[in-house]
Amino acid sequence: MEFRTVLVRIGAYLLVPVLFLVLWGVIDRQLNNEVILPGVGQVAALFLQPTESLIAMGSLATNVAISLVRVLAGYLLAVCLAIPLGILMGYYGTAHRLLNGFLALFRPIPPLAWVPLVLAWFGVASLASMFGVEEGTAYLYLNNLKLSMVFIIFIGAFYPVLTSAIHGVMGVRSTLLDSARVLGAGEWDIFRKILLPAASPSIVNGMRIGLGVAWMCLVSAEMLPGSISGVGYLITHAYTLARTDIVIAGMISIGIVGAVLDLFFRLIEDRKFVWTRLTR
Amino acid sequence: MTSGPILRIEGLSKTFRTNNGGALEALAEASFDVSENDFVCIVGPSGCGKSTLLRMIAGLESISSGRIGYRENPVLRPQKEIGMVFQEYSLLPWRTVLDNVALGPEFGGAPRAEREAKAMEYLRLVGMANFSGAFPHELSGGMRQRVAIVRALANDPDVLLMDEPFGALDAHTRILLQKELLRVWENYRKTILFVTHGVDEAIYLADRILVMSARPGRILEIFDVDTERPRDRAHPAYGQLAERILSILEREAAFSATGTNG
Ligand SMILES: Nc1ncnc2c1ncn2[C@@H]1O[C@H](COP(=O)(O)OP(=O)(O)OP(=O)(O)O)[C@@H](O)[C@H]1O
Ligand SMILES: [Mg+2]
Repeated sequence: MEFRTVLVRIGAYLLVPVLFLVLWGVIDRQLNNEVILPGVGQVAALFLQPTESLIAMGSLATNVAISLVRVLAGYLLAVCLAIPLGILMGYYGTAHRLLNGFLALFRPIPPLAWVPLVLAWFGVASLASMFGVEEGTAYLYLNNLKLSMVFIIFIGAFYPVLTSAIHGVMGVRSTLLDSARVLGAGEWDIFRKILLPAASPSIVNGMRIGLGVAWMCLVSAEMLPGSISGVGYLITHAYTLARTDIVIAGMISIGIVGAVLDLFFRLIEDRKFVWTRLTR
Repeated sequence: MTSGPILRIEGLSKTFRTNNGGALEALAEASFDVSENDFVCIVGPSGCGKSTLLRMIAGLESISSGRIGYRENPVLRPQKEIGMVFQEYSLLPWRTVLDNVALGPEFGGAPRAEREAKAMEYLRLVGMANFSGAFPHELSGGMRQRVAIVRALANDPDVLLMDEPFGALDAHTRILLQKELLRVWENYRKTILFVTHGVDEAIYLADRILVMSARPGRILEIFDVDTERPRDRAHPAYGQLAERILSILEREAAFSATGTNG
């Protein structure tokens, strides 16, 4: 690309965010109230020193990292369960009839509505107490992964991945299955070499949406008792101390991390699934 | 070494359950034999059950009544000895041409080097070796069908079922592929069962032509084509045979039209 067109493109991307910051600055000057709306510079300062400890809760970077690990734990669990289940349900009509009605009952329940039940089940138990780890660095990490949080995040990510796997498999052209069978494919070959790759564009799309939902469930999960860290908790705790600048910095971090994860999936989709756009 | 027919179809019927609970008779009491190395073409009005017949022989569709024998053994499920080529969209779009052709040996458990060597051999046979690393969407329709055919061949079937394999191609490419198919068939001496809409295509390719009735499909008539290959489309006998078959098909098409009205 030509240098000028690159500049124009970058300019186009930045135009609205810059206008937004200017507007923020103008309103901030009018209001002159740092609890309602802190200054742009004040929030930016927090990002310039991401490793500085804040309100006795550790740094912004640490809390983001802790949250990320939590989300990934719940998310991976959901993905590992939803993909095989979705492929089975998409392929075998009987499995679909057996499970779909049941699963559809739970689909409309917002993850947040699970909180009371989840607390009654798991309380403040963490992976550390589950695996009986009581000291050392492993304890520090595992104790941050409360079962209740992992469960809430799991619920959020599970359905998008499941639905996309079911639809991906149902959309597989029957000629592909027939030609594989005629060539001598066994049932396991069909799953691994036909259904999984054929459905993978849809599955990856579902994984992208699922990760977005999981990330959104984070704040509600980190508001659960037993939580003393994570961006979600940082935000609620900063709110009680009227540190709106930290609230906003936390929100922006959530947004940035979410966008980066989304971008990562988009890159995979663009590279690996060229054939879906060009087939037909 | 002489023996019975390689395929024996006896009183084969197929009834489908329709979505509204009714029954649809697609195939009624079809019977015929196919001897080893024969090139048999099947023509018939649209919807008369040609695809259903082929799919049953391939083991993809259950049998409502009757019997399919392959070398005296009943056909109940897909088997390696009976291969099939579909009209289109049968290549795995996420695999290269080479990996598509190697699919049969791969399912059979052949090691990578062996199956790739085999796939290359067959690709060379149809002049597609240069495209081994290409993806299906990078090929023309004719090239895709070449790949689909050698993919079936690379699995070493005895019988090759072909369901309108050239139906989606333009006339020129179709004639090219017909010639190539005859060459491959003469090289490898397979038994071929070939469904087509083109009477001209059937006469150009077949040793025998089965003409089916309107739905529910039965075998109406069987024509032997004795002319030497390569056949000359301008030969008078060619036109005469075409006319006879076409007049049967026309009568059947009219019958099926009134049949659906009534
Ligand atoms: N799975 C199925 N369920 C219900 N009906 C079916 C099914 N498959 C085929 N049929 C019906 O059986 C009849 C025969 O279909 P088939 O595809 O075998 O015809 P065909 O001779 O191959 O037609 P064409 O020449 O158009 O390809 C049709 O009326 C079709 O609607
Ligand atoms: Mg058909």
